[in-house]
Formats: sequence, structure tokens, C-alpha cells
Amino acid sequence: MNRILEVRGLSRIYGPGCPHCVDATGPEADTNRCPHCGSIVAIHDVSFDLFEGEILGVMGESGSGKSTVVKTLYFDQAPTGGEAVFFDGDTQHELFALNAARQRWLRNHRFGMVYQNPNLGLNFNISAGGNIAERLLMSDLMDYGAIRERAKTLLARTEVLLSRVDDLPKHFSGGMQQRVQIAKALATQPPLLFLDEVTTGLDLSVQARILDLILEIQQELKTAMVVVTHDLGVIRLLTGRAIVMKYGRVIETGLTDQILEDPRHAYTQRLVASAL
Amino acid sequence: MTPPILQVEGYGKYFQLHEQNKLIPSAHDVSFTVRAGELTALIGPTGAGKSSVLKGIYRTYLPSAGRILYRDAMGHELDLARASEHQILDLRRREIGFVTQFLHCLPRQPTLDVVAQPLFGLGVARPEARQRAADLLSAMSLPERLWSVSPATFSGGERQRVNLARGFIARPRLLLLDEPTASLDPATAECVIRLIEGLKAEGTAMLAIFHHPETTRRLADQVVELAPPPAVEAMLKEIA
Amino acid sequence: MNAMPHTTRGSAYNFGFLDEYAKKEIRRAVLKAIAIPGYQVPYASREMPMGRGFGTGGLQLTLALIGPGEVVKVIDQGADDSVNAVNLRQFIEMTCPGIATTTKTAESTLIQSRHRIPEQPLTATQILVLQVPYPDPLVVVEPSEDKRKVMHGEADYSRLLVKLYEDIVQFDEITISHRYPTRINGHYVIDPSPIPRWDVPRLNDAAALTLFGAGREKKIYAVPPHTRAEPLAFSDVPFRVEDFRDAAGRRRACARCGCTDSFLDEFVGDAGSKTYQCSDSDWCDEQLLQAEHAQGEPA
Repeated sequence: MNRILEVRGLSRIYGPGCPHCVDATGPEADTNRCPHCGSIVAIHDVSFDLFEGEILGVMGESGSGKSTVVKTLYFDQAPTGGEAVFFDGDTQHELFALNAARQRWLRNHRFGMVYQNPNLGLNFNISAGGNIAERLLMSDLMDYGAIRERAKTLLARTEVLLSRVDDLPKHFSGGMQQRVQIAKALATQPPLLFLDEVTTGLDLSVQARILDLILEIQQELKTAMVVVTHDLGVIRLLTGRAIVMKYGRVIETGLTDQILEDPRHAYTQRLVASAL
Repeated sequence: MTPPILQVEGYGKYFQLHEQNKLIPSAHDVSFTVRAGELTALIGPTGAGKSSVLKGIYRTYLPSAGRILYRDAMGHELDLARASEHQILDLRRREIGFVTQFLHCLPRQPTLDVVAQPLFGLGVARPEARQRAADLLSAMSLPERLWSVSPATFSGGERQRVNLARGFIARPRLLLLDEPTASLDPATAECVIRLIEGLKAEGTAMLAIFHHPETTRRLADQVVELAPPPAVEAMLKEIA
Repeated sequence: MNAMPHTTRGSAYNFGFLDEYAKKEIRRAVLKAIAIPGYQVPYASREMPMGRGFGTGGLQLTLALIGPGEVVKVIDQGADDSVNAVNLRQFIEMTCPGIATTTKTAESTLIQSRHRIPEQPLTATQILVLQVPYPDPLVVVEPSEDKRKVMHGEADYSRLLVKLYEDIVQFDEITISHRYPTRINGHYVIDPSPIPRWDVPRLNDAAALTLFGAGREKKIYAVPPHTRAEPLAFSDVPFRVEDFRDAAGRRRACARCGCTDSFLDEFVGDAGSKTYQCSDSDWCDEQLLQAEHAQGEPA
């Protein structure tokens, strides 16, 4: 098995920052807000490896910084520190050393993102098929017929009724919107997918089918995924390994079942105890 | 005699509960071996740490003490207590199976897919994987009408058979069994016992905890008796 | 007459109305626009003695480029005699003593136009100035100008193409009738001003320089001579110009001159009947003149 992503010391501070920011925040300080300058230390010194075809869980409560991790890796936000290397076949990309055009290229061709809020991942004013077409057009597929066929295949794969390919996603149910988002993310068959609380707010039965779809995709396409969620059930069902975050720091990392059954950090013990 | 597949030396597991500021021992100084084609049974009173040993080997628990030497299919030996997470995940996918009393599966996933899941993970084509799952389930006499529904609604016995089928299907080299026949009626239990005998004959190494001493007598080639771990104070004295 | 006493005397107003500094700034922007084909160059855009939206962008280009001896033609939707064209022509005549104006495309050296490119192919000695209301083709898909600039810089036009995709899905064809997004020199996509699709291919590899001026939006851009101008399209759904076919599939002809290869305007009569006529009035006149010659000679 090969590494696909290597993240080292990833940090993101909102605000001016000061020399005390790091020491004055974190799980021990019980805050992510620097008392000296008011900056928010969203994440600090986050490191992990992701292997090909692996699903890694990033868990924690809101404010733990878990979403910031994937947003920086997907170039939605620039980190204030740290490095990430993406291993793509024989090529290595230093993610944060690339220029904007290269970053955009990777984002469009080699990464996929599914957001909790479909509004962020989809354009609600263009059809479901058009949303997928956009991603294909970004990767320079210029044949209308081919684009349309591929969009239909992807929507069929994610179980969206083909009769709705030309409908606007704003008229879709939440679960269906997530399916369109997943289809769009998969359009370019990326080896790396980020999922940010994708089932939060959906009905349980809808959640189950989305999770099932994600697992199927992972097994079929061998897509590596980083799954961000506060839901321990999602972590247990989807991921093999997980990292636990609190106030921007990784406080525990391990095999998912080990974290859930033998948590070592006091915070994880509380988190797991409260959920089970 | 062939070298053992698994050699546990001085395994210990102690939980540190931060909330209560306590150290809870769950297993202490456990040693034994498991060989291919043999079944090693763990016996002992409740609290002796039988499940703790299985979980420690599977790394659901991070061992606190001792070595768990495992010889893989390539003949390499590694200490499961210290192996990397990715090594463990790889072994779980290819070589080490674990059947617990609980069944964790995706909600609403059809039973056939639940059972075939380990094969999916190994990259077996779905139709073939499902066919093998179907063969196994009919061998375990799970009614065919249940195959397409989720095991969530099943009775304890039915669910346990699904769980076992999932544990068996990928033919692991080392199978950990935690009370696999506990909630089964005598007829089904008998069928599971025969399955285990079949696996043994095929060379699978097994480490098991059985509810009934009768089952242990029938299946075990080797019995390891565990004693409850001493209280923390006693252990601390031992160290001092 | 009394309103512009200074202009006629040439004492209070500078030649070309704009002061020399303003002209220089515009000329610099023009040079940059030519150097980076299709790139929207920002410029100051002076207040003109007419409302924004009446061609102030094109007019500033014309006034900055014009010199004594220039022969200027001003058209609006192809016609030299519409109110807007007449007003602009008079303003140029008043503020630029010594220049000549014409309605004849062939005789002109500088043509300021609203919404049309003359039918008569332009030559290397001519400059076409187009008045532009909305310079940025990305404005329909991205409201933030900052983001649009990045998109232009990275030639990221996938969202424009999605518009075309949606068009085909809905109508089985691309329905954009004017302002058709056109890629210049393989990078920047421009809004070629509200010219009809008919005119877009005439930007490609043209002999003349085409300049675009947006007064309200303060942008100047250019399609230099012999530069690629490709309308966005799919490989299997190519760009098409208006075909002007009637119900029977025949190419309609101009009701006035009989021309069958010019862009036609549609006029709806009181009874609801439709007639078609050349949109380019000079072209139509030329066709009539040639027809008269052809008839006159044998007689």
C-alpha cells in the first residue's frame, strides 16, 4: 500500500496572531481563542498520513477544527503553516507550494469534495447534469454528447433518477442533493475525496444509503477518503483509522475500533462514553 | 511440529480511566501459542480477561504489556502489539478474522452484502462475492428469504450466523472467536461447530472463547486457563 | 449652435474634446490591450458631455485615436442615420476640426460602431471601435470581480461553457443571439459587445484592428489584426451564425437591395407582415448602386 497524502504540522490561525497563540490555546487551555490577541487557532500542528484506498475519519465536536483540515487541503482556505504532499502516481505535489493555477488544476482533476451544505458544492441554478458537466468542462472535456453520457452514468451510479438529470438541484431532497454532489465530486475519478459531514442533517434511512454508496465507491474505485464527522456511528461504519481533534489539536489517533473501545485520552473517553 | 502462527508472551491490558482517575486491569501476564489447523480455547471466570486477549490480538485494545508475535503468510514475524496501524489493517483484511457477539453493519444493508463485505474489501467481483456469501449462508441454514434484508431485525441466533459467515467467508489464517455459539439453538450451534471443524481441517488457526465447556471439550486442541488479574495495588507491589 | 461656440472656434476646447493627458492614458491602455489580446485593460474613463451608455467608451477611444485627416464613420446597429450615430458624428465633427466624416465603409479610416461590424470586410488601414455596455463575459456566472479576474487569469471558463450546456439541454441549440463569448488568441474570453453571432467569425484573423471601449465599466480591450477569435462551443455542437431561412428553407433576401448574404433586420408591418432588410445601410446602398450599374450598362 502506498501513501497518497502526507500532512505535517498543518496550522490555520484566524486573526492577527501573536507569540502566545499556540501556548494559550488547545485542549489544556480549554479554548481555541487566544486570550492575548483574540485570534482563533482553528488548527495547529495537525499531521497524518493517508494511504491509497483508505478511509480516515476526522472526529471532534464543532469548533474542534476538523472541517478546517479538509478545507485547507482542498484549497478552500490557505493554511498559516505546515505542509502537505500529495502523491499522484510518480508525481509528488507540495500542495501549499503550488501556484493558484496548479492548485485549481489538482482540485478540479485529482480531488473531490462533498460538503455538508450542498449549496457549497452545487450550483443550485444549473441542472444536476450541468453541475457535473461543469467539473468535466474544467478538465477540458469539450464534447457535449460525451459530457452528457458521463453525467448520466455518474447520476445513475449515485442512484439519482435519470429523469431528473435536467432538473435544478434546488428542487431536490437533501439526500438527493448529496447524491448529486457525490456524482459531481466523482466526475473526474479523483483518487482522493474529502467528505465534510455529508450525512449530517439527513434522515436516518437516507444517511444509511449515502454511507452505503460511499463504501461501495471506495471499494469499487479504491478512492482514498478523509471523512469529517462528529457522528461516531459514521466513523465506526466508514473508517479504518481515525484522528480525534479538540480545540484545533489532534489529541488521539488510532484504529477506529481501538479509539472507540480503548480510548486513551480523557477527552476521547468522555466523547465515546457519552455516545455509547 | 510447525512453528506457531501466534505466540502471545506476557500480554497485559490495563485501562486508565481519566474521569475516575483509576487504573483498571483487564488481563495480566497471559502467554500461549496458536498453531495452524488447531483451536486454542481460552477459559476462566468472568473478568479473567478472555475477551481482552482477543481484542488485544486484533488491536481493538492497545496492549499495555507483552508481545504478540504473529507469523504472516509470507513467513515474516511481527509483534502485533507494536505493528503500525496500516500493517494491522492489512492483516485484518487478508489474514486475521474476528467474530464477536456483536454485529456492526451499515443500516439497511442486505444480509448477503454484509456477509460478502470482507470479499468486497479484497476486490472480489460483487456477483462472485455474493454467490460465495449465499453458499455460506445456506450451509449455515439461514433461510433464503432473509438474505435480501438487513440483519438488524434478525433474532439473536440468525444475527450470530450472519456474523460468523462474515468472519469465515474470507478464509482468514487466524480466526478469533468470542462466544460464537452463545445465542444459538442446539441445531444451529451444531452446524457452527461443524463449520469450525471444517476450517480446522483446512488449516485455519483459531483462538476461541466458548460459552459451553462441552463445546470447548469438543473443539479445543489446547486449553489456556486465565486467572483474573490481580488488583492494581498488588501489581504495584509486585513491581516494587 | 450657441451651445458650442468655443468648439467651432477651437479656442476653449482641445482638439478631440479630451485633454492630451486623457488621450495619452487611453492610448497607453490601447497599446496594452493590443499586447494582451482580449485582456480587459482598466482606464480612467472621463466624464463626457453625454450620459453613460450612449457610447462614451467608444467615443473616448475614437477621440484619443483621431487625428487631422482621419475619415470617420459612425454607425448604430449598422445604420449611419440613427439618432445615436448622428449625435456622436456631430460631436466628433464639432470637437475635431479638420477631420472628415463619411457613411461609406470603404472610404473610412476609423469606424465607431454600436452592435455591428460592417458587412464590407475591413482592411489593415482601418480601425473598428465598438461600444461596449458590459465588458466581462463572466459577469453572468460570477458576481465578484476579484474572482472573475482570477478566472480570466487562469482561463477558467468552464462555467461559461456550462451555460452553453444548459442551453443545449433546454433548447437543443445554443440560443445566445448576441454578446457571444469568444476566446481570443487561445486565452482570454471576451464579450464582443452586442454584435450578432453573424459578426463573430469576422473578428477572427481580421485585417483591421478592433478596439472595444466600455465607458461606464471603464475597460478597454482589443482584437488585434490577424488574431484568433473562436466562439466558445462544443466539439460536437459547433458554433453557428444566424441562417435567415424562411419556412421553405430558402435564404431570405433584403427587400430593398435583394442581397442574400448580409445580416438582415426584421420589420413587422401594421398588418403583422414581416419584411427583411440589410442591417448595414451602407452595404445596402452599395448593393443597390451596383445593381443600377449592372442594369444601366447594357441599356
